[in-house]
Amino acid sequence: MEMLIPIIVTLVGAATPILIAALGELVAEKSGVLNLGVEGMMLVGAIAGFVAQFYTGNPYLALLCGAFAGAAVSLIFAFLTLSLSANQTATGLALTIFGTGLSALAGAPYSAKPIALMQPLFPDMLARDPFWRVFFGYSFPVYFSFIMVAAIWWFLKRTRSGLILRAVGENDHSAHSIGYSVTGVRYAAVVFGGAMAGIAGACFPLLLTPQWAESMTAGRGWIAVALVVFASWRPLRLLAGAYLFGLVMTMELYAKAGGGVLAVIPSELWAALPYLATIVVLVLISIRRDASTNAPACLGKPFMPTN
Amino acid sequence: MTLSRRDILKIGGAAAALPLLGGTAFAQEKLKVGFIYVGTINDNGYNYGHNQGRIFLQDALGDAVETTYVENVPEGPDCERVLRELAQQGNKLIFATSFGFGDAVIKVAAEFPDVAFEHATGYMKADNVGLYNARFYEGRAVCGTIAGHLSKTGKAAYIGSFPIPEVVMGINALALSGRRINPAFTVKPVYISTWNDPAKEGDAARALIDQGVDIIAQHTDGPAALQVAQERGIVGGFGQGADMSAFAPEAQLTAIIDHWGPHYVNSAKAVIAGTWTAGDTWEGLKEEVVQMGAYNKKIPADVVADAEKIRTGQIDGSFKIFTGPIKDNTGAERVAAGVAMTDAELLSMDWYVEGVEQPV
Repeated sequence: MEMLIPIIVTLVGAATPILIAALGELVAEKSGVLNLGVEGMMLVGAIAGFVAQFYTGNPYLALLCGAFAGAAVSLIFAFLTLSLSANQTATGLALTIFGTGLSALAGAPYSAKPIALMQPLFPDMLARDPFWRVFFGYSFPVYFSFIMVAAIWWFLKRTRSGLILRAVGENDHSAHSIGYSVTGVRYAAVVFGGAMAGIAGACFPLLLTPQWAESMTAGRGWIAVALVVFASWRPLRLLAGAYLFGLVMTMELYAKAGGGVLAVIPSELWAALPYLATIVVLVLISIRRDASTNAPACLGKPFMPTN
Repeated sequence: MTLSRRDILKIGGAAAALPLLGGTAFAQEKLKVGFIYVGTINDNGYNYGHNQGRIFLQDALGDAVETTYVENVPEGPDCERVLRELAQQGNKLIFATSFGFGDAVIKVAAEFPDVAFEHATGYMKADNVGLYNARFYEGRAVCGTIAGHLSKTGKAAYIGSFPIPEVVMGINALALSGRRINPAFTVKPVYISTWNDPAKEGDAARALIDQGVDIIAQHTDGPAALQVAQERGIVGGFGQGADMSAFAPEAQLTAIIDHWGPHYVNSAKAVIAGTWTAGDTWEGLKEEVVQMGAYNKKIPADVVADAEKIRTGQIDGSFKIFTGPIKDNTGAERVAAGVAMTDAELLSMDWYVEGVEQPV
């Protein structure tokens, strides 16, 4: 049991960037835009956050820079897919490749340079306490991710703007015919998704490993994209999903490191669990017909107004 | 550069005239040398080391060679494509620097019999495929000596990529030399199935430190694990491939530094002279292909002296870490007293010595 708190602390670190990136993608997809460029936007956010932290030492500014950088590259995607009606799948993949290359280029001079980690939000008395650190031992992005789950849930479910965003995602022509700017709403959603991906990327150098390494997000952007489907476009399920994926990623390592109780489930099984869980969830979704229709009806389709 | 039709005619004419000039024209042609890396040259570790070797070669031979490299080449079918492209671009000497490139090298080398290939840390040879490797385990023996002295819990961890002989050998060398100092010293290997995923390396280090490990060695490509060691304030760890003290000034006890440059120069010279044959070199501390970084100031002088004894012993040949008696981790004797393991036995090592926990 003494292992429980360290495991939870590591798990939170693994889950947070995935959750933040997936929340952004969820909002974009709810407006009907499938952006597969999350991994690329995360990497651009990671290098922007790293550089800001390197020169200023202010992690909040670093997160902000990550958000701006992610938003900036998402604008390229938005322009191509929304203004020029390019294919979203292909453009998203191109954005990932572009973001990977751009971040590697920008990061080349910084490879041998460490930075300072972001410090916990709460005072040391709580943050370093052997027990209370499980609640108070994290830095700002962790609490931010929880706030954003609630905020996005509330926005989509309870606000007029959220309703408009969903309407644009479900039936773009109807939304257009009653006077809403489909393209405008989608631009906003994509840029929000980019900013969130950028913050998620900046979490890697600020929270996990205080260095810049090329492709340091190592595929977690793709997990974020998959999680949105896994969570059937619901923020609360997304929270559960991100922590489930974080748990299996963490437990794989603790099982390998630990032996004893932790090794009751072999590490190979832990490593396979996310995929098994995805299959189970997809099966459950298709059994429950109502949930399968939860995908935004216009997801991935370019909007071409007829008048 | 765009070529007009007239330019092409000129080039064609020049090419047609070339044989008239005789062999000397070819001899003065630049030797094109290609390198492929599994990761990025900015990893501050293994791939960085190979790229430093490439730069060393370029500096040493200057105008006689033209080097190119392709980084982030995945170990799989894509590697074949990259190798083929390098060969088609006129590279006459190609270094494939990662273990997993082996199959692709053998396949592509058969298609380009006039190109010399060299595969690092591999085991499959062919007429035009040579092998080269470094005795990293000699460095591990030095590290293990320090770990055996300094570890308070007697528990070290070893974050590895894949359970290949190369990595297994390093784990065993660390355990054997640690146990010479402290018979209760143990090593726990954790494989993370990737060479470059800093967040996973860091999380693995966290998981291990949470469970009482106070020395972390790694055989992955970056400094992430060392940074966690620094952050948690454990006894320390070791740089892998390059000096990583900038990332972990307190935690890096010493580093194993790869110095491939001299090997690359020798191979390129042999190709230029036309004397290259598919070799099989395995050099270490003695040839300075493997070097040790500076010892951390916090290591007591007597421990440094002991580590130096192991280092110099391996250079003059008086000390060989894989000398019996060696038991495996089930207690069975694998190497009889006084017998040194052969290179072939080392290169196919798939068992762990006593004191290494069987990975789960």
